[in-house]
Amino acid sequence: MSTTENRDGTVVAKVGDHAISMTREFAAGPEKVFRAMHDPELVAQWIGPEQLEVTEVTGGTAHGDTWTLVHQDTEGNTYEFRGVVHGQPSAEAGSFRTFEWLGMPGHVSFERLTFTDLGGDRTRIEATAVYLSAEDRDGMYDTMGDGGYHRLDPLLAGL
Amino acid sequence: MTDDQLDLVFGALADRTRRAILARLADGDASVNELTSLFRISQPAVSKHLKVLEHAGLISRTRQGTMRLSRLEAEPLQTASRWLGTYREYWSASFDRLDDLLRRDSS
Repeated sequence: MSTTENRDGTVVAKVGDHAISMTREFAAGPEKVFRAMHDPELVAQWIGPEQLEVTEVTGGTAHGDTWTLVHQDTEGNTYEFRGVVHGQPSAEAGSFRTFEWLGMPGHVSFERLTFTDLGGDRTRIEATAVYLSAEDRDGMYDTMGDGGYHRLDPLLAGL
Repeated sequence: MTDDQLDLVFGALADRTRRAILARLADGDASVNELTSLFRISQPAVSKHLKVLEHAGLISRTRQGTMRLSRLEAEPLQTASRWLGTYREYWSASFDRLDDLLRRDSS
């Protein structure tokens, strides 16, 4: 199984042929982490690196609610993500949603996010995403961690 | 580079053989015959891959006598790499900021 540890401690791993899991701990209780990851006003305060402006965040915690996220880079390019909430999300039950980047329309994935109480105001989140094809999964893994595109770096350096 | 162009570049890069063709072209221009013998796939298959790469702007093709040579075009690849560099960093940067938010929130 391929696993990458990102510089912030997030562990990204391939699961089977079609899934990726992402695991990380936070210094707050599950309720608080859940709220920070579902309340659009709070999400807008942390999602994406600082150089990507957040121009729109919507979301909900009821079955069938839609969520959207729109980023804009410094050159004015926009990156739009969207999906639908499935079930009744909570810190105990976790949350389920679909995910689509409109830059690659039709490559829709299904995500589960769980919150494990580690005690002492610490929570471990695990985000699992299931893709429609192994190619989609591998392409996404390459962008999220130390994947195959890294092999292009030496090539680029030689140009 | 527009989103549409990035789609073409990433679509082209999503195939292992096409990435191998690009890696080979980084060493210099090559003919279809040369690429065919290198990758042990049929000549029409190589031609199809080259068409995809050309459409994405990743290679250009020139004629030298009776031979058609493929040449690597660096610019789209470098743009794609910049975008990937940003996205690879996406979650690390996001979660660092979420750490800060949770810390602020508890004080």
